[in-house]
Amino acid sequence: MAKIIVVTSGKGGVGKTTTSAAFATGLALRGHQTVVIDFDVGLRNLDLVMGCERRVVYDFVNVINGEGNLNQALIKDKRVESLFILPASQTRDKEALSMKGVARVLEALKKRFEYIICDSPAGIEHGAIMAMYFSDEALIVTNPEVSSVRDSDRIIGMLSSKTRRAVQNMSPVKEHLLITRYIPKRVNSGEMLSVDDVKEILAIPLLGVIPESQSVLQASNAGVPVTLDKNSDAGQSYLDVVARFLGEEPPSREKKGFFTRLFGN
Amino acid sequence: MNLLSYFRALRPQKSAVVAKERLQIIVAHERCQRSPSEFDYLPLLQRELLEVVRKYVLVKEDHIKVHIEKEGDYEILELNITLPEESRQAK
Repeated sequence: MAKIIVVTSGKGGVGKTTTSAAFATGLALRGHQTVVIDFDVGLRNLDLVMGCERRVVYDFVNVINGEGNLNQALIKDKRVESLFILPASQTRDKEALSMKGVARVLEALKKRFEYIICDSPAGIEHGAIMAMYFSDEALIVTNPEVSSVRDSDRIIGMLSSKTRRAVQNMSPVKEHLLITRYIPKRVNSGEMLSVDDVKEILAIPLLGVIPESQSVLQASNAGVPVTLDKNSDAGQSYLDVVARFLGEEPPSREKKGFFTRLFGN
Repeated sequence: MNLLSYFRALRPQKSAVVAKERLQIIVAHERCQRSPSEFDYLPLLQRELLEVVRKYVLVKEDHIKVHIEKEGDYEILELNITLPEESRQAK
């Protein structure tokens, strides 16, 4: 049974596209048939982060409008077997995503893929609602910072009221908290919200924590999902997130320094 | 308890603590506003009450106030109708 997973946050710039690319790549690395869809119509960027921007011919909106078929629009990743990208259109606006059209494309994708990752645009308007509407599960990407946490709470409210599962009284969308751009040093010195703080405020289960890392920018510069960089701490954390999502318990990566062990924290 | 946390306690409040407190307040407030579900009949109730009262007394629209307050486990429905001065003797 195919699963539709939305990667959402409300606030922009917290790492939705980075997460969509890394998470989808991680699932595909584990052998799962995975497609990642860019819902940010008008401002597509997933293609750049995935490094396939020059291979886009047909896009999501073309498929919805019947101007091209799904096979023409799906871009097969050259590095990871079983990973596909469905890019967004750059020339239309978000209203081009009709509920019926999105439903039809997702139904077709469900027949081919195990995991369908929906990269949501920022905001709480039509595009974001379309990205979350058909989801079974949600990754709520949150930075340990006041505006991001507040917007995440807003999005959690929408997941429980504006999705198909909510409207049709089905079991609710399964929510996963993903904290990104985390800096343990600043948390220890009391200038950044801790994992526990964010967990307590948002009150949804934690799937993982991604440390702030220079390798994320390097990965997007190169158009390589960060999970393919074996030396990246963020990439390794995303692989842990994937493992945990698949029901495994990866080993803790928390390294304690000499002083932390001596003084506690 | 260790040496470090003892000295930490002496220093002024950290910004992360302030952030957490502010977030807890605003998030709780916004959650209340978002979930009117059980009380979304209030505006209609107010309008219908106004119609009934107006059969007998001419009151202005803003002279009827319907308000719900939560206290612990129960809710209080408060209804306030201000009668106009002159109508008190009439009828």
